[in-house]
Amino acid sequence: MTTRSTMQEDPTAGSEPPRTDPLLRVRDLSVTFQRRGQEATAAVSEVSFDVRSGQHVGLVGESGSGKSVTSLAIMGLLPDRGVRVGGTVEYEGRDLLAMKAADKNAIRGRQIAMVFQDPMTSLNPVINVGLQIAEVIERHRDKSRGEATEMAVDLLHRVGIPDADRRVHEYPHQLSGGMRQRVLIAIALACEPRLLIADEPTTALDVTIQAQILELLKELVADTGTALILITHDLGVVAGLCDEVHVMYSGRVVESAARRPLFASPRHPYTGGLLASIPRLDSPRGEPLQPIPGSPTDTLPWDEGNCAFAPRCGNRIERCTEDTPRLQDAGERSLRCFNPLHGGSRQGTGDGAR
Amino acid sequence: MTVPLTVSPIAPGGVEEAGESLWHGAWKRLRRSPMAIIGATIVLLFVLVAVLAPVLAPYEPASSEWTSLSTPTFVQGPTSEHLLGIDRWGSDMLTQLLFGARQSLIIGVVSTLIGLFAGAALGALAGGLGGWVDTVVMRFVDIMLSIPSLLLAISIAAALGKSSYALMIAIGVAQVPIFARLLRGSMLSQSKSDYVLAANALGLRRRTIIMNHVLPNSLGPTIVQATLNLATAIIEVAALSFLGLGQSDPAVAEWGRMIVSGQDRFLIAPWLSFYPGICIAVTALGFTLFGEALREALDPKQRR
Repeated sequence: MTTRSTMQEDPTAGSEPPRTDPLLRVRDLSVTFQRRGQEATAAVSEVSFDVRSGQHVGLVGESGSGKSVTSLAIMGLLPDRGVRVGGTVEYEGRDLLAMKAADKNAIRGRQIAMVFQDPMTSLNPVINVGLQIAEVIERHRDKSRGEATEMAVDLLHRVGIPDADRRVHEYPHQLSGGMRQRVLIAIALACEPRLLIADEPTTALDVTIQAQILELLKELVADTGTALILITHDLGVVAGLCDEVHVMYSGRVVESAARRPLFASPRHPYTGGLLASIPRLDSPRGEPLQPIPGSPTDTLPWDEGNCAFAPRCGNRIERCTEDTPRLQDAGERSLRCFNPLHGGSRQGTGDGAR
Repeated sequence: MTVPLTVSPIAPGGVEEAGESLWHGAWKRLRRSPMAIIGATIVLLFVLVAVLAPVLAPYEPASSEWTSLSTPTFVQGPTSEHLLGIDRWGSDMLTQLLFGARQSLIIGVVSTLIGLFAGAALGALAGGLGGWVDTVVMRFVDIMLSIPSLLLAISIAAALGKSSYALMIAIGVAQVPIFARLLRGSMLSQSKSDYVLAANALGLRRRTIIMNHVLPNSLGPTIVQATLNLATAIIEVAALSFLGLGQSDPAVAEWGRMIVSGQDRFLIAPWLSFYPGICIAVTALGFTLFGEALREALDPKQRR
């Protein structure tokens, strides 16, 4: 983990792409679930974004907004049956979606790694954590079991597990949730991937541990220059970690912006609503939180000539229920809204929220 | 006496105890279960008797020394010389019973092992490879399952001729579909688990995922089933011998056949059939209790 030698060791990289090209280029990604005899459900559509080398990108949205499905689609981990994935996901210029399974397998874990949501179930309960780390190193880096185990101890040490020499022989159930998440991070970073996808890495942990894990993640990706896609519903997490944020609602990106402009002046009413619903230390005591009215189930389908967020939106105008908004450039950001909030406003959902 | 200054709350025993696996935990729970202790005691006793039969037995087996004490009108009951009396053929009952344990143990264990290995291999093939292999293997297993297992064992034993080996194969083959289905089922459900998804996300090879992740997590129910099946196997050995399909050498004591041989003197000496019957029942009970306790100890839902 101390040297960056990915380019020399990596047999899959092929020709070095021009420097300006992003590491990961997602274009018009769509995921449709289709069960026999039932209507197809579009979980994700029209999702496009870039991740440059070393960049930290946040995907934000509430449950059911398609964040996790997006990450599974990028990794190629969706089941073969009943799922249609469209668009392109280019990693260093090669389309991951069109790639053969064996080639994709060589990239997964080596070039692109993933940290999952639930550390309690994402580790194999019957083999010790050292072996689970060593396994990946053996697979991708051509090391013997002994060398790999030594590296595992080193990795455990790096992710802040005390007494790593002993812990390497322990089984997942002997570790706490936070420890297990550290182990999962160690496994994901074992082969020094160039891109790390963290799917809600802190949701299953309690608040103090959440902060520790985020800090660790931040340090490690900064040290190794790994690009990061952070998937979360928590804008606070994004604020501390991401350079660029894509806010998703009901399977589509509704607002994309760099971190500062997004937090300083959210333009999409949904982003505004998410920000307004975060409790603030500087707000007067006793002031109630401002939730976004309704729930994700109040969503309308995007492609039926309306905005999916319209039923819950305080800024709704007539056009919102007559036409589907498209993602358009609005200065330094992209926005999918007919009647966006004006800069500086934090009154997310407008009248509807009060 | 020295008092350790630092005691880790997680591993009080130090490095050796640091790696406490699923099986280690199950062992701890087993030792606390009365059902397991009773079951294990019976099983252990049974194994000891089978192994030490020549030492424990008061007389030579199948000696037929006391044929005069077993006639259609009179059968010698318990005396101080013959604690359980005389059997149908004029040998010491206790000696015959002790030696009978050997047949039950050997045939029961070997047949269960045959069933376990063949069944687990088929199940792992089906569950691990999936696709058409799964379909072909499971349809084959379904066909085997559609024949009642005792009937299947009887046909195989009848076809192979009268010998202990025929019994082992017959009973073993009849158990194959049970193990195959069980292992395939648990492998399929483990394949859906988060850690298998995580292993896939790491680009691990399919072979590694199946051998290191899916299979070890699926073995628990199969091992438990093997313990429970030992009980069934012992009963089936007796059943097949009862039907005259077992060991043909009359000098080899076998509980099932002892029940049959006692039948014609049942009215005057019911114990001729009763003693071997009790032996079969108690042994089967021992394995069942132990298997049930093992199942509970390994059941993840019962933990913590």
